[in-house]
Amino acid sequence: MTNVLELVNVRKSFGNETVLQDISFAIPVHTATALIGASGSGKSTLLRCINLLERIDDGEIRLDGEEITDPSINTDDVRRNLGMVFQAFNLFPHKTVLQNITLSPIKVHKVSKDEAISQAFALLERFGLKDKAHEYPDRLSGGQQQRVAIIRSLAVKPRLLLLDEVTSALDPVLVNEVLTTVRDLKLDGMTMLIATHEMAFAKKVADEVIFLDRGVVKEFGSPEQVLGNAQSKELQDFLTSLKSAGRL
Amino acid sequence: MQIRNRGLIAKAGDQASVWSPSPREQERRQKRIEQARNRRLVAIVSSLVVLGSIAILIITSPGWQLVQETFFDRVYGQEVLPKVILGFVTNISLTLIAGFFIAVFSLTLALVRSSRSPALTPFRFLATAYVDIFRGVPLLLVILLIGFGIPALQIKGLTNSVVVLGGIAVIVTYSAYVAEVIRSGILSVHPSQRAAARSLGLNQFQTMRHVILPQALRRVTPPLLNDLVSLLKDTGLISILGVTDAVRAAQIEASRSFNYTPYVTATILFLLITIPLTRFTDRSLRISMEHQNAQGVA
Ligand SMILES: Nc1ncnc2c1ncn2[C@@H]1O[C@H](COP(=O)(O)OP(=O)(O)OP(=O)(O)O)[C@@H](O)[C@H]1O
Ligand SMILES: [Mg+2]
Repeated sequence: MTNVLELVNVRKSFGNETVLQDISFAIPVHTATALIGASGSGKSTLLRCINLLERIDDGEIRLDGEEITDPSINTDDVRRNLGMVFQAFNLFPHKTVLQNITLSPIKVHKVSKDEAISQAFALLERFGLKDKAHEYPDRLSGGQQQRVAIIRSLAVKPRLLLLDEVTSALDPVLVNEVLTTVRDLKLDGMTMLIATHEMAFAKKVADEVIFLDRGVVKEFGSPEQVLGNAQSKELQDFLTSLKSAGRL
Repeated sequence: MQIRNRGLIAKAGDQASVWSPSPREQERRQKRIEQARNRRLVAIVSSLVVLGSIAILIITSPGWQLVQETFFDRVYGQEVLPKVILGFVTNISLTLIAGFFIAVFSLTLALVRSSRSPALTPFRFLATAYVDIFRGVPLLLVILLIGFGIPALQIKGLTNSVVVLGGIAVIVTYSAYVAEVIRSGILSVHPSQRAAARSLGLNQFQTMRHVILPQALRRVTPPLLNDLVSLLKDTGLISILGVTDAVRAAQIEASRSFNYTPYVTATILFLLITIPLTRFTDRSLRISMEHQNAQGVA
């Protein structure tokens, strides 16, 4: 199986604080990998490094076998192949749902306007948001906004989708709505890296789970292995704290 | 899998046809109407008392008779009106023409200052120096320097028209102010918007053009409208170069007759434009605030 993404000994610091250290893993095509870990363990930073929003201090990141951390690479070209959805909704408030979705296809991918719109409508229809096409983001619920953000990142047909705790700002009913969307994507064969606090979801959707502890990959394996049979004390503590918070 | 939670969301519209206000609600509405009527009454009475007292104070003052004759001579005021209006047309057209060039120039300055491209480094430096200098010099001085300095150079082919030179001075100074307003708008757009746009593959220029700038300009529209009001007033300053604008026209008339009514005429003309503009600015500020509060989640 070919790998879409490969990380080799990735390291990242902010000033004196080393946030990521010796991160190595690979994501095969059509699989979903869940990234779990306590708050501040470096999940968002890792995703931002992959998306080249942060520059790593050492190691290598490869997308489809090509090193994207090479200084001569065109970052815009790389991002064209990556979709990213952020923790807080980052829809453009001055554009309608439809304009949010079609902006990148039209301007970056040079798809014709008509085609971009019809593709956007197909996606909106599929995820039950067709009647919201002409609304502005502030008129949508949090869950709807987040689903639009996911659709927007799908519209550019990415090789890899990066999801950063897409449900952490939502109440439980809306969480389900968004998670169903992500699961549908999985069935479509989208390759994904998902930072999440929802262990039940990780268990259901992920092929592999990575447990990040203070910037280090502590455990890595199938959901049963990592979540059901924790080896390290850190992971056991993390799962216990989730359990007492009612999130497991 | 296909069964989503959509069924849980009740459709409020379904019940609209059978609903009519309860007696309690009708009572409340009646009360609100009464309250509104009372509030209006209080406002009217208080305005009458305050404005009336001020009017009485002025009219009964010992010098009122004289002031009325030298400042509010109706017949004379109407007589000079055409000349003052002719001067005022200069103010208006200068405002429009200068406004256009200020918009273009200040936007360029703001974009250069906000850009990160290494190729633009020298321009960024120049733009910063430019803004620093022209924000620090009184407009009147710039008008005098350009208005008398450029003709003194006696360069062939360069205009000596005082209107054009005065207009250039206004453009040069205002662009520095307006550029800073626009730049503050650009800086006020949350960094996550840039990150979102860049992660969609938009390059720096596209991000600025389609994501950052539209939001920035929307936010700074109210302060920019304020600047437009000031601009109209400040065009009066170029009368110092001898341009016959509304102020100058009034001055000429007043010095001829030793009656100050032309000044009042000019004042009224300015207010006729600036008051509606100011009201409009206030309204757009309120709308823009409401809009920003509504998107607090992002
Ligand atoms: N731009 C930055 N400058 C300095 N430190 C940063 C920056 N971004 C993140 N950090 C630090 O890096 C560490 C990891 O942050 P990160 O946001 O990646 O955590 P996270 O795992 O996503 O947490 P959460 O679950 O709360 O989202 C934190 O200690 C944070 O303070
Ligand atoms: Mg995070």
